[in-house]
Amino acid sequence: MTATDLLVVRGLVAGYGAAPVLRAIDLTVPAGTIAAVVGANGAGKTTLLRALSGMIRPAAGQVLLAGEDLRGTPVEQLVRRGMAHVPEGRGVISELTVDENLRLGGLWRRDRADAGRALDEVYQLFEPLARRRRHLGHQLSGGERQMLALGRALVGRPRLLLLDEPSLGLAPRVVARTMALLRQLRDRTGLTVLLVEQNVRSALAVADQGVVMSLGRVVIAAPAVQLRDDVDLRHAYLGF
Amino acid sequence: MDRFVFLTVDGLSRGAVYAAFALALVLIWRAARVVNFAQGAMAVAAAYVAYTVSTATGSYWLGFVVAIVAGLLLGALVDRAVMRHVDHASPLNPVIVALGLVLLIQAVLGMVYGSEFRPAEAPFSRSALTVGGVAVLSPYDLFVFATIGVVVSGLAWMFARTPVGLRMRAAAFAPEVSRLLGVNVGGMLTLGWALASGVGALAAMLVLPTELGLHPHAMDLVFVSAFTAAVVGGLDSPPGAVVGGLVVGLLLSYVSGYAGSDLTPLAVLVLLLAVLLVRPGGLFAPVAARRV
Repeated sequence: MTATDLLVVRGLVAGYGAAPVLRAIDLTVPAGTIAAVVGANGAGKTTLLRALSGMIRPAAGQVLLAGEDLRGTPVEQLVRRGMAHVPEGRGVISELTVDENLRLGGLWRRDRADAGRALDEVYQLFEPLARRRRHLGHQLSGGERQMLALGRALVGRPRLLLLDEPSLGLAPRVVARTMALLRQLRDRTGLTVLLVEQNVRSALAVADQGVVMSLGRVVIAAPAVQLRDDVDLRHAYLGF
Repeated sequence: MDRFVFLTVDGLSRGAVYAAFALALVLIWRAARVVNFAQGAMAVAAAYVAYTVSTATGSYWLGFVVAIVAGLLLGALVDRAVMRHVDHASPLNPVIVALGLVLLIQAVLGMVYGSEFRPAEAPFSRSALTVGGVAVLSPYDLFVFATIGVVVSGLAWMFARTPVGLRMRAAAFAPEVSRLLGVNVGGMLTLGWALASGVGALAAMLVLPTELGLHPHAMDLVFVSAFTAAVVGGLDSPPGAVVGGLVVGLLLSYVSGYAGSDLTPLAVLVLLLAVLLVRPGGLFAPVAARRV
């Protein structure tokens, strides 16, 4: 591990009940980079994110965030360590307004002034949300929900952003915009992103590192460029 | 006409208490998806604590404050010590446990205080003031309206406008997502139980002086009325609980005034049945289906 590795995962085993879904995952994400985890359905991608954010308790292994072991840290404390998890389906709270959803993302912060600034920045970043502040979550379009979920995570000024299937159910144009935004955030603010995707092409287009999972293991971790260009690898593991 | 005015005011006054009690049920339902059948017994327990303090010190108001504090603490205790450990996989489990709590609390109260009625003191006169020859409101009615008005608007303000209210709503609607956003969901749940139980204790303190007095079963019928009020309003809707409480209060007052007080328990059950048959979601059921 080097000083610049923000997330280091060693030998992570986790699952639901007796049968582990993840079998000894090793993974390293350097600070200020985007890692895309791809793989077939059931490879354990979502489970990996859930284990990282503590929503399921790993049976074995180690998760280090900026060198700190996260073992035993309650889920609600992880955001204080700098980890934001946007879950599958994005977790917009439909009964709350856009503004309430966003403010919720910064409520844990002691620095109220900066939480306010972060909220303003998110409204600048996502114009449509600013126009819909008082709308309820369930009144938003899919693209707007995506913005809201992402914006809500950003209000907490995370160091590491875990994104579960951000392209799910969205138009290609919206997916492209989301990916471009991730790249922009990485370049401007040094945000580190761990992205789980079914949409392999868009994910590898934006990522620095590609991680291919199969049946609960990491089978390849390589520069995204290499995965994109290596026809044999793509055929063998990604099916295109 | 005089009689109608009197019955209306009396109904609204009791309805205000049902509204507060129904609101307490809704608070717990929204936070924990549990209908707290033990709420009546818990409120009576708090009222007994107040009775002990008031008789020892001679101060009604000290007892009044202690009742609310005891209610808050009892709510937190019931959540932490009992409900937190109940498997919520079947909705029936917490209901059975709550009914068990009723038996337990009532038995303990019976052992400690005996089961005879104890007088419940009213801090203000209960005889109605007359306006233009018509008996309208008693000072005590005014006290009830004012107290419940303050508590209900205070809660509404807290949920709508404060960070802790936002956390509580978020934790109730989406516990998993809320934890990811740094909300202490378990703490919010305990706070919800405490607040609800505190409101329940307040309602008991307000209604007992208008009934036979303090008794381990003193809140049983009030609970049935308040539960009906909560169902009328839709268990998920705090404004619905308040309107439902006033509706039930008025209905019972008219039934008991015009048809005889023997019929009031029956009237509550008929209303409960009618609402469940015709509009099971309650009159204030939210229009949008829940999607996450």
